[in-house]
Amino acid sequence: MDEKTIFELSRPGTPEIQMPEHDVPEMILDEVIPEKFIAPLPPPMPEVSELDVIRHFTRLSNKNFNVDANFYPLGSCTMKYNPRVGEWASRLHGFAGLHPYAGYENSQGALKLMEELSEDLCEITGMDGFTLQPAAGAHGELTALLITRAWFKDKGEDRDIILVPDTSHGTNPASAAMAGFNIRQVKSDGYGNIDIGDLKSKLDDKVACLMLTNPSTLGLFETGIEKVESLVHKAGGLLYYDGANLNALMGKSRPGDMGFDLVHLNLHKTFATPHGGGGPGSGPVGALGPLVDYLPGDELVDEDGLTVMKPRTRSIGRVRSFYGNFGVLVKAYVYIRGLGAEGLVRASECAVLSANYLATRLKEAFDLPFKRRCMHEFVLSASRQKKLGVSAMDIAKRILDFGFHAPTVYFPLIVPEALMIEPTETENKQTMDAFCEALLAIAREVEENPEIVKSAPHNTPVSRVDEAGAARKLMLCGI
Amino acid sequence: MNYLPHTGAEIKEMLEVVGAESVEELFCDIPHGVRLYDDLSLPGPLSEFEIQELMQSLSRQNRPDGENGFFLGAGAYRHFIPAAVDSIISRGEFFTAYTPYQAEASQGTLQAIFEFQTAVSGLTGLDVANASLYDGASSLAEAAQMAVMAKGKKLIMVSEGVHPEYLQTLKTYLAGKDYLVEMIPLNEGLTDLDQVKDRFPEAAAVAVQNPNFFGCLEDLSAIFNVTKEKGALGIAVISDPVTLGFLRSPGESGCDVAVGEGQPLGLPMSFGGPGFGFVAARAEHTRRLPGRIVGRTADKDGRVAYCLTLQTREQHIRREKAASNICTNQALAALAATVYLSLMGPYGLRKAAELSARLAHLAAHRICDIPGFSLLFDRPFFHEFAVRCPKDPAVLNGKLRDYGIAGGLPLKRFYPAMEDAMLFTLTECNRPEEIDRLASALREITA
Amino acid sequence: MVPNDLKYTKEHEWVRIEGGIAVTGITDHAQEMLGDIVFVELPAAGEKVEQMGKIGTIESVKTVSDLFSPISGVVKEINKIYMDRMEGAENPDFHPEYANHDPYGKGWMVKIEISNTEETANLLTPEQYEKLLEEEA
Repeated sequence: MDEKTIFELSRPGTPEIQMPEHDVPEMILDEVIPEKFIAPLPPPMPEVSELDVIRHFTRLSNKNFNVDANFYPLGSCTMKYNPRVGEWASRLHGFAGLHPYAGYENSQGALKLMEELSEDLCEITGMDGFTLQPAAGAHGELTALLITRAWFKDKGEDRDIILVPDTSHGTNPASAAMAGFNIRQVKSDGYGNIDIGDLKSKLDDKVACLMLTNPSTLGLFETGIEKVESLVHKAGGLLYYDGANLNALMGKSRPGDMGFDLVHLNLHKTFATPHGGGGPGSGPVGALGPLVDYLPGDELVDEDGLTVMKPRTRSIGRVRSFYGNFGVLVKAYVYIRGLGAEGLVRASECAVLSANYLATRLKEAFDLPFKRRCMHEFVLSASRQKKLGVSAMDIAKRILDFGFHAPTVYFPLIVPEALMIEPTETENKQTMDAFCEALLAIAREVEENPEIVKSAPHNTPVSRVDEAGAARKLMLCGI
Repeated sequence: MNYLPHTGAEIKEMLEVVGAESVEELFCDIPHGVRLYDDLSLPGPLSEFEIQELMQSLSRQNRPDGENGFFLGAGAYRHFIPAAVDSIISRGEFFTAYTPYQAEASQGTLQAIFEFQTAVSGLTGLDVANASLYDGASSLAEAAQMAVMAKGKKLIMVSEGVHPEYLQTLKTYLAGKDYLVEMIPLNEGLTDLDQVKDRFPEAAAVAVQNPNFFGCLEDLSAIFNVTKEKGALGIAVISDPVTLGFLRSPGESGCDVAVGEGQPLGLPMSFGGPGFGFVAARAEHTRRLPGRIVGRTADKDGRVAYCLTLQTREQHIRREKAASNICTNQALAALAATVYLSLMGPYGLRKAAELSARLAHLAAHRICDIPGFSLLFDRPFFHEFAVRCPKDPAVLNGKLRDYGIAGGLPLKRFYPAMEDAMLFTLTECNRPEEIDRLASALREITA
Repeated sequence: MVPNDLKYTKEHEWVRIEGGIAVTGITDHAQEMLGDIVFVELPAAGEKVEQMGKIGTIESVKTVSDLFSPISGVVKEINKIYMDRMEGAENPDFHPEYANHDPYGKGWMVKIEISNTEETANLLTPEQYEKLLEEEA
């Protein structure tokens, strides 16, 4: 059933929320604030009761697939369970009520937490220093690329090219462009690794940095990483680690040990903070050696028993206000402390086992373009199904009918009809088996009754949404 | 803590299906040279019981509010938050979902974003808004890039009344490109366009905050009349949108783009994040907006449905030619604001704004009655004001803490020359008694 | 079906020469590959264009591709159905879907005043274009 918008539910004259009747002398604001600044009418917000609000948003919530209710194997997004204790901790008044300018002496708990979290992230990644400012992965990428730019400027080198593999996230080239760089794309080889020959041909003294996701978005570990590292460094470039896929590697291998100079992490992926329907996330950036001095924000140091902030000597400046999405940092801290070193390794091991299990069970019915052990995720191709007139998108929509969220589709771009599946470590075998059964059933439907797949979904709150219509006839505001 | 679900038998079964002897074997693709063979050195693991103890203890090492008074603002605001806001955003159906890529499985999030866009359009008096950005500071940087795209010029002029951290962020963002940022000086606390008018022909945009960082009310209509005439994009910056319950909207005042910080709309200060950034614009700039945008359309059976739209602006399609690199934004915080604005309604929001302003004027009056204290700028202000103090404001703040009062912001944090100035902020959460206590404490301390 | 009264480019544009004017658009094959077209960005009238130079972009729901000029010259007219806004207001005749539904008719994109008629020799004949389609398939 259609749910009206909260604006359509508005009933003018609904008794409004009460504010305290303070004993403020009845000062007429018009006398101290010139009329030209004052709106004759308040803004057009809905007039509804509290129950109207609760009921409306509760109903809306029921139209969402979510990790709490559904298996959510969205590749590259690491939709693992979000521990409730993190939610609880971030809401403690000592954290939630704290003003960013409260002063060091009043913020010791928060500052210590940030200091320790930075140290933990250094240990997990093998980097020397972290900034917690960036609010999301792409924000972290931009930060690291602005550092790259400042670094070469200080060295007096004119390097304006960023290399990205053809499997990279779209944010990589977009961030590079925002930081004023030009892009060269590097091909993948037949094993899903970077094509070393192509890399060599694209490396020269204009290349500032190679951005690499490892494991790649194909879910494969870059087996030639040592070669890649030496080639890029020999050419005078930096190596940047896109941490979207760190969930495969905790305690197994560290970007710092692989030779990466800069790293961003997605706390809302690997470290179990929730995605919130599209944020808030957190994208801390780590750096090695002298690059640490370029990080945005201040360094947290101990001084006379207090944790205080010290400006970094060559900082590129801030990339947002205050210190980052602090509430998200609290949740990641809770997760890391709760799991400890042993728990983090177990989480990665389990994520990799689950992905390999699903890949093995599904590779009969769908094409598996790279026949290797996968890491925490894998990419199937629905090319076989496409020949029967059914696309990866159709299959994704049909999966929804079985109560599972769809995999990531059409990404990475080098795999036709891609279905990218990431189970994460928190899903039990029964759930994964049920998901396999559903996908195998859909593969049979494609052969026997393709219409039911092409016209899917059938069991969701709405049927296939007219995205073309939405883009042609823009309706972006409900009043 | 442990969130792993498998039994030993299940792990064995899965390994058999996979055809591996051990889990270790699955990591065979990692070359020896980059394998970590030592254990990570981290504290823990801790049980949830221990975690709760640890977090209680850490949180108690913060002193969030003065029990006898709280007067900090300057970009993060303590406004009233109805309990229903947290109740809605605590629903796992919202907070454990991803970005709504699969529209049919995400109608709840999508409709909520559509309502958020509607609310932001309504607040700012502009035609279109996006699904949120990181924060107010980065929103200004995004708006500057829109301006460069729209005008084909590279000079961004920013009022000195814009929050200093927004300005720092803008400069960092634009450092990669050959864009120029120039300041518009203040005259007695207000943006003075006259001093820079010969730069206008080159300006892609003029950005002005209202109320500005010092709390003063800028004459936006006059400023945006000038930008319109000179062909620059007029950007309004709003660091506390609750003020829009009472003040004329930036859209009505003639701006082209409005950006700002959404934390005051139903979110706790949380040491500076998460809040959210917003951007709204006139319709002609729709295709230059950064980030996610939700549109209303229909499903194939004709029912009302929502989906992400105008996606070709975005990084996952246009890659290096995208309008912005932003992907994850602050959706849950935007949801909180939508719920907040629905609960407050037009009149609740107006009352909160009005009460904040009235209390601020009362406080300013009481403070300036004390010998040695005076307003830094004699200009109309809203709910923040800068005061000259007879003693170092940082020292005053330290002493105020002994009275259980969190004082204002010493402005020398950002402006070394303003060493005797303190920025006070009041909201509807302040009680008149707090003002009494503040005034008498200041009187005692400076006597 | 490749209309036999038109010329083509290897970037899947078609051209109809009417006197000194080249009317151009994208082929049926191109619209099918792109899927639902939602927006087309075109050059302004009066702009100079070069043969096989980029003159615009075509956006479908999930992809963006470049549009190339089949011939050098000056843009004479662009099809108003691709303008979402005109004179500061919404264009009621905005119909990018015509590029899908009627690519050779109502979905034409740009009219170019040809500056060098010799360049028409570089265009593909219907037979050559049909062969290109076979090769690409």
